[in-house]
Amino acid sequence: MGSFIVCRLWHGLLVVLGVSFTVFAVTRLFGDPVSLMLPLSASAEQRMAFAQEIGLDQPLFVQFIRFLGDLATFDFGESLWQRRPAIEVVFERLPLTLMLIGTGLGFAILLSIPLGMIAALRPGGFLDRFIVSAGLLGLSMPQFWVGLLLIVVFSVQLKLLPTSGMGTPLHLVLPALTLALTPLARLTMLVRSSMIDELNQHYVRTVRAKGLPFTRILRVHTLRNILISYMTLAGWELITTLAGYTVVVETVFAWPGLGLTAVQAIQRGDLFLMQAIVFVIALLIVLINIVLDIVFKMIDPRINLN
Amino acid sequence: MSAQTAPLLEVDGLRVDFASRAGLVQAINEVSLVVHKGETLGLVGESGSGKSVSAQAVMGLISPPGAITGGDVRWCGTSLLGRKGERYARSVRGKNIAMIFQDPMTSLNPLMTVGDQIGEAMRYHLGFTHVQARRRAEELLGAVGLSAPARRLDQYPHELSGGMRQRVMIAMAISCEPELLIADEPTTALDVTIQAQILELLARLQKELGLAIILITHDLGVVAGICNRVAVMYAGRIVETGDVDTIFEDPGHPYTQGLLRSTPSLEGTEDTLMSIDGIPPRLIDPQPGCPFLPRCPIGVDACRQAPPAEAWKGSAVRCWKAGADAWSMGATRAQEAGL
Ligand SMILES: Nc1ncnc2c1ncn2[C@@H]1O[C@H](COP(=O)(O)OP(=O)(O)OP(=O)(O)O)[C@@H](O)[C@H]1O
Ligand SMILES: [Mg+2]
Repeated sequence: MGSFIVCRLWHGLLVVLGVSFTVFAVTRLFGDPVSLMLPLSASAEQRMAFAQEIGLDQPLFVQFIRFLGDLATFDFGESLWQRRPAIEVVFERLPLTLMLIGTGLGFAILLSIPLGMIAALRPGGFLDRFIVSAGLLGLSMPQFWVGLLLIVVFSVQLKLLPTSGMGTPLHLVLPALTLALTPLARLTMLVRSSMIDELNQHYVRTVRAKGLPFTRILRVHTLRNILISYMTLAGWELITTLAGYTVVVETVFAWPGLGLTAVQAIQRGDLFLMQAIVFVIALLIVLINIVLDIVFKMIDPRINLN
Repeated sequence: MSAQTAPLLEVDGLRVDFASRAGLVQAINEVSLVVHKGETLGLVGESGSGKSVSAQAVMGLISPPGAITGGDVRWCGTSLLGRKGERYARSVRGKNIAMIFQDPMTSLNPLMTVGDQIGEAMRYHLGFTHVQARRRAEELLGAVGLSAPARRLDQYPHELSGGMRQRVMIAMAISCEPELLIADEPTTALDVTIQAQILELLARLQKELGLAIILITHDLGVVAGICNRVAVMYAGRIVETGDVDTIFEDPGHPYTQGLLRSTPSLEGTEDTLMSIDGIPPRLIDPQPGCPFLPRCPIGVDACRQAPPAEAWKGSAVRCWKAGADAWSMGATRAQEAGL
């Protein structure tokens, strides 16, 4: 197990290096950071001075080594927009995003397992058809639209919840719900279909022949067997939300997390802040994958060490 | 055998249907069986004749689209079916009646250690603690002939061979010291030398534990070797039951006669092998009357009425012409017709 973790960490490091190189290449080689960050009216001297200040006058190789060194110390430079270290901004906003995603996905996970199992117990039954239809509906609605719909119903018409911003726990409800909907639908469908498959496995017959109560069979035997595919999808939902959907939801609800900050950084041409956001999210994704791999290994003894 | 003592298991006129797109499949119908303490009942019949469905119905393993639609299953005189029986059934299944299956490769949970899977039933039925169950599981693994039982406890099924897994299944089945073991083709998926070992193990356990066994098999040689009584199934019905010796000597039903003739000789004195022409009838909308009629060489008009189970030389035979020598007569008739 120890060598397995070391091996996964090593792979993770390689991925982070790859991400660093890509970020570096995209910003330094294919773009011009100076004209991106300075106003159009800046003079040639000002441009030169700025280029020197951020080290753009050095050879590319030296720039890259420096860049890596900065990354290693989480030094991404100063955010132009906020006039303070970019990483500070990221660490200030990241918890808000994690709170939003944690609440939304947590809700989706808590609900998808019982819903999927209820549907799987009587495939084709009334509850199953209801859950599947609701799931398809959930899958076919784009998130920004769901968000607006929820605002119209719960904030504007019923006046139950705030439309946007943050502050009270109530502010969290609508954005988290919006974020949860698609993952909830997808995860429920997965639990349903893999549970139906699993209940037809031969080992289930063996356990039933032991005379164990059905709830124990579900809890101890089949649930564990669908856990790998479930966690694979749940991990994927977490990653895609982190790297994308949260931008939409945070924008719709003016939730000042990392997603909204990313949009604002792009609008303001704040390259260093943008880099910090991309890098931290990439790091998180790599970490999530490592944790998932380790958990998979703990669940399934057949997964090979390499 | 011990016809005087009350039977352990009574299956009485059992019927199981499966709903399918094409219609209602009558998998078994009017199946009646009795198993006494310590005896071995062989259940034979061709593929699809309903052997597994009968066994699964006894174990309560029939689930939608299938359902038990008639008859009764009684354990020591008390019904296992219906609302009232369900509770009782849960305490009987796994404890008093245990079952092992055809495919040991897929019959164990891949994510649970062998020790935990064996201990599970004891913890539930006998209230064992984890430690007690583990100790007993180790003994059981030794008893079914696995080497290094202590080490096996923490292994997972994928680390064991097919024969070893079937031994684990057997250890699991006998863990609560059942009185009846149902073995559904326990050796079909194993290679020949292992088959013999597993059958020997079953025979030994039966002697040591006084276990009654229902052995489902295609192998009439095995039936002759270790069974006391045999029930022959055809198209979801039991067409003949009786003592093994009687039936092998004097089969009463034309199907049993054909089955015995199509088996390579048990004593090595048989002349020629034959096969029964035709295929089993559909189980959807079956014709009334004897299901074997379309393939029977001595069928008569009377056979369009379902025959009752009639006593014939100590066996019960569902045939209007029980005991008639079907196949030599049939052959003669075919010769006369110039075939
Ligand atoms: N899950 C099911 N759904 C629909 N029909 C089924 C199902 N299980 C069994 N049957 C029907 O029941 C009949 C009897 O099947 P069963 O498995 O008992 O045969 P068997 O005698 O055990 O055969 P084999 O020797 O091949 O194991 C089959 O012909 C099949 O049509
Ligand atoms: Mg079968």
